[in-house]
Amino acid sequence: MNPTVDSLRRAFGDKVGRVIVSCDQTIVYVDRESIAEVLRWLKEAPDENYDYLVDVTAVEYRDPERPIEVVYQLRAMARRAELRIKAELPKDQPLTVESVVPVWRSADWLEREVYDMFGITFTGHPDLRRLLMWETYAEGYPLRKDFPLRGRFSRSEQVRQALAANPEAHYSLDELSIAQAQYDLPEEMRERLERGDRGRIPEPKEERHG
Amino acid sequence: MAETRTVTLDLATSGTDAQGHPVRVPLGVVDPEAEPDFTAENMLLNVGPQHPATHGVLRLVVQLDGEVVQRVVPHIGYLHSGFEKLGEYRHYNQIVPLTDRTDYLAPMANNVALTMAAEQLMGIEVTERCKVLRVIACELSRIISHLVWLGTTAIDIGAFTPFLWTFQEREKVYNLQEAWTGARLTTSLTRVGGMMADLPDGFEDSLRHFCRNFPPVLDEVDRLLTRNGIWISRTQGIGVMTAEEAVNYGLSGPMLRASGVAYDVRRDRPYLDYETYDFDVPIGQHGDVYDRYLVRVEEMRQSTRIIEQALDRLPDGPVNVDDPQVILPPKSAAMNDMESMIFHFKQVMEGVPAPVGEVYFAIENGKGELGYYFVSDGTAKPVRWRIRPPSFLNIAALPKMAEGHLFADLIAINASVDLVMGEIDR
Repeated sequence: MNPTVDSLRRAFGDKVGRVIVSCDQTIVYVDRESIAEVLRWLKEAPDENYDYLVDVTAVEYRDPERPIEVVYQLRAMARRAELRIKAELPKDQPLTVESVVPVWRSADWLEREVYDMFGITFTGHPDLRRLLMWETYAEGYPLRKDFPLRGRFSRSEQVRQALAANPEAHYSLDELSIAQAQYDLPEEMRERLERGDRGRIPEPKEERHG
Repeated sequence: MAETRTVTLDLATSGTDAQGHPVRVPLGVVDPEAEPDFTAENMLLNVGPQHPATHGVLRLVVQLDGEVVQRVVPHIGYLHSGFEKLGEYRHYNQIVPLTDRTDYLAPMANNVALTMAAEQLMGIEVTERCKVLRVIACELSRIISHLVWLGTTAIDIGAFTPFLWTFQEREKVYNLQEAWTGARLTTSLTRVGGMMADLPDGFEDSLRHFCRNFPPVLDEVDRLLTRNGIWISRTQGIGVMTAEEAVNYGLSGPMLRASGVAYDVRRDRPYLDYETYDFDVPIGQHGDVYDRYLVRVEEMRQSTRIIEQALDRLPDGPVNVDDPQVILPPKSAAMNDMESMIFHFKQVMEGVPAPVGEVYFAIENGKGELGYYFVSDGTAKPVRWRIRPPSFLNIAALPKMAEGHLFADLIAINASVDLVMGEIDR
């Protein structure tokens, strides 16, 4: 087991939850409220110095009762040590966790992807918008287990929606602000985008399932 | 409002059209008030997604002040295929074909990484011969990945000849790859516990032949570029990342090492017995495009060295582990004896279950640290399959590298990242 676990327990007490070792890799569960604080400490404490954020991702289990986990894979470059930190987000509460972009710049796109794929909001992220899916994608979050493998709509319905969509909708608000083209968008859509509202998930039709 | 004017031009022809009417060219209204003021506003330029210089379907929205890049907003996702989602519905062996299509410039290395992650999760130890074959696969992949990078980057910067030379060499590796796996791109070389196929007859001799003839070609490219004045002025001091920034931005592979950080997964978290091979890890000093070029060229030489050592030590013996629960029986056995047929049926229908647990396993791919993260709940299909794509994090640092440079340098920096969109978008 990674010796960092003991120093984590000394520094944070009961904010550090259970510890698992799987395939010789240490996994530490941390209280979701203090995850950013713990991660910052892991980077800045001179004895720990986990200066490389390898990956940020999330896991949703097949058991719907189990909380969604946000996973941080850390590495201390000088010591070549690795550690995995997890925070559990119960599904009956809002899926939010504090962003670590101020600590590691590499978290920027990684957190955006987790937001895009799982719908987990990272508070304090400078630019939290969809990454792989387009800005106005409104069918939900593809890597969630309740998202059907083939998408929510049939192929023909997807084509119909794509043809009916406003082509401007494929531009992000960010670049529209550079181009000063956001005034060309319909009033209703502009308000929606400014509110940060990404659109509504249409009710899936009974037409087909995954 | 000024009127529309019609100007009759002096033409070299008769000045009349087919009907005999004079040819007139109407000119638009020139209203000085209506002229856009180019000095006050920045220009917004859209690059891609369909553009050869973006090396795939990458789209960059660039804000320019004259020729100076003020801001770059990369947009990705045009090649998003939901591989991670698909992986959750497939057995571990069935995921192998998906990895061909992520980093499609080095498919064999992806196959190796995936099966090794699954083997670590299941606690399977592969045979000695299999390990050496996998080293050969990984290093061949690194060579073809770097060759594509070298050729296309040279084209982006204006040198055409290296492209022809590197692609000719790459073709030779592709022929070897085709002889081994039957496919040039979608290799699907590995299986959990072994390989899809052993080396074909004559492969070792062809590979040795390649290893002898490849370094001289690299020397020629080296002579053409390394001390070339145009190449140097286009690459030195461009897109600099310091060691600290490179670590903070999560860069990996040649991008990280060009910035002076000596981290190579093969050295620092060895797999496939890499610690027993004799090779050097080249490190840059300046973290600019030029150093990335030097690092990659040297890595190809080192890969050739590793392949030669692997061929020297290649042991005889079985390729696959001797475990009928994991490895499919030979076709003749599956057709002829009952027990093999049952094993065959169970494996194809039910897959190979992995114990409850999770693993993050990374290899040093051509582009950088390629990591696979599996979470298993005890069934034959993973709960979560996560790809940690190296060029995803490398391209995320593009705004940091390019802002403040000339637009032409943006193209050079973008090329130096060595991105492959199949892996970024997945």
